[in-house]
Amino acid sequence: MAHTKEGPAATAAAAPAPADAAPAPRRGYDAEKLFNRVALGVLVAFALLWLVPLLFATAISIRPADEIAVDPASWFTSNPTFAAYEDLFDKGKLPYWYANSFIVSLLTTVLTVVTASLAAFGLSQVRFRFRRGVFLLLLAGIMIPMQVLMIPQFLALQEVGLLNTYWGVVLPQVPNVVAVFVFKQFFDGIPRELIEAARADGAGWLRTYWQIVMPVARPAVSAVTIFVFVQVWNNFLWPLLVVTDPEMMTLPVGLNSVQDAFGIPYAQLMASAVLGAIPLLAVFALFQRRIVEGIAGTGLK
Amino acid sequence: MASTAGTGALTPDRSGAGHVRGRLAGPALIAPFALFYIVFLVGPLIYTFVAGFFNGSLLREGFGSWVGFSNYADVLNDAEFWRTLKHTLWFTVLTTIPLVLLALVLAILADRFVRGRWFIRFAFFAPYVIPSASVSLIFMWGVLADQTGLAQDWLKALGVSSPPSWLGDPNWAMWSLAGVTVWWTIGFNFVLYLAGLQEIPRDVHEAAAMDGAGPWQRIRHVVIPMLGRTTTLVTVLQIVASLKVFDQIYMMTAGGPDGSTRPTLQYIVDTGFTDGRTGYASVVSLFLFLVILLISLVWFFLVRRAEKES
Repeated sequence: MAHTKEGPAATAAAAPAPADAAPAPRRGYDAEKLFNRVALGVLVAFALLWLVPLLFATAISIRPADEIAVDPASWFTSNPTFAAYEDLFDKGKLPYWYANSFIVSLLTTVLTVVTASLAAFGLSQVRFRFRRGVFLLLLAGIMIPMQVLMIPQFLALQEVGLLNTYWGVVLPQVPNVVAVFVFKQFFDGIPRELIEAARADGAGWLRTYWQIVMPVARPAVSAVTIFVFVQVWNNFLWPLLVVTDPEMMTLPVGLNSVQDAFGIPYAQLMASAVLGAIPLLAVFALFQRRIVEGIAGTGLK
Repeated sequence: MASTAGTGALTPDRSGAGHVRGRLAGPALIAPFALFYIVFLVGPLIYTFVAGFFNGSLLREGFGSWVGFSNYADVLNDAEFWRTLKHTLWFTVLTTIPLVLLALVLAILADRFVRGRWFIRFAFFAPYVIPSASVSLIFMWGVLADQTGLAQDWLKALGVSSPPSWLGDPNWAMWSLAGVTVWWTIGFNFVLYLAGLQEIPRDVHEAAAMDGAGPWQRIRHVVIPMLGRTTTLVTVLQIVASLKVFDQIYMMTAGGPDGSTRPTLQYIVDTGFTDGRTGYASVVSLFLFLVILLISLVWFFLVRRAEKES
């Protein structure tokens, strides 16, 4: 895109050859300015296009049913209503799904942050036999997608009666190798003197971890927290397999069960989509910079 | 957990200050994570491998009976397995190309502006934090729906008399799913590219500008080559993520119409959980794992060679 628009930019800038003392910078300046204008135009066009689906869903969700029946694809309404949202909260299980998603995401995040940071601390700061071997063994785990292991995981949880429970959703998601690497990378950068000073003062490894290392590791903690929380919150396949009880469903699985039911009004479908999107959108809007930096710094997915 | 497992080891070693060897402290600190890792990753991986040699079923206890390599032979001769693999690879091609190239272009353009950057970032990244279920509801019933959908409405306004059934026509369904996926996940790659761009020092731009390079030349000859490492990372992550596609396809087309979009992961769910053939599904899982592993390794190998040559 930028390429095709750049051609005329160069010629236009070259045309008024000024007799000034410094023609070269002036010409560059013009091309730069035109390029920036085109770039901005392209960017804004894409950004607006990207917002269309979300805005459209929101617009539909507040239209009354009789208006939708007349013109389903219209954006506009003369009397907006929150009836669809009220219906969802009154008749649906939405409050359960919110609570379940929150509990499950929080439990997984806490367990992952604690176990992964402890392990990373051990691997980074403590010298012991087979340290490299253990590290490589964990490294290999990064290549195993959890999705190819769901059959044995399911059978194991069924065996111990954890289907349709929070722990059934939580436990298999705890061993997150990427989290260990993010922490280890961060801990490797902590000056050895800091650790050694604490140890010399008589602090045990756990105290060193908790009082010296973790307070310094705030950025790594927030990056892993955000990433794990979002991943667990949005996980669909695993809770879909483990949870069948509507009151135990997480938000994505619950929302999917909404569209499976026949005869749900259009406005309600869009209202459910909006309600599903709102929590993390709000979190993102609040912590945009930190979230973006966290992802950028770690390359997590 | 660690505190009970290793209290003895974790008390300070009074024999020396700095270079204390944590004979037990190291393993004790790793133990809690290792426990989860063994129970939920290593164990299941071994189980999957073993279960492939048995005709296990969800409906009865245990492995079932030994069948040797017959599951492997059956999967390799299973036309539906190959068909789902083809869909998976096609989806990966259709999503990876725009998700890498478009993210690169948009990030380079966005990097030129400081004011209003939050808006651009929000617009592209917001879809990424939305659950797949919301994405599917919005597109299946809103944007891409037949008759009532926004996309058909816009095409009609542009004069297309019979716009395609985006999700109902086998010729269009996969393209539509890929388009939705691009919309949904581009923000992640966009952000990775923005971070890569920030690592390019300002004076590199300035030096190139002093040499008389216009904006386009600078992007082509300075910026894109310097983003090489980011591009490698983004591409590998994207390929692996696309090969594991399930959510949006399952919810929007359920693999249809006529199974024309069913990905391999859904085939595993269908054979393993719906039909309950755990032994068979284990072998399909192993093959999918192998494909993901091979493609990532090949990619890394190619990139390494390219880096050495340059």
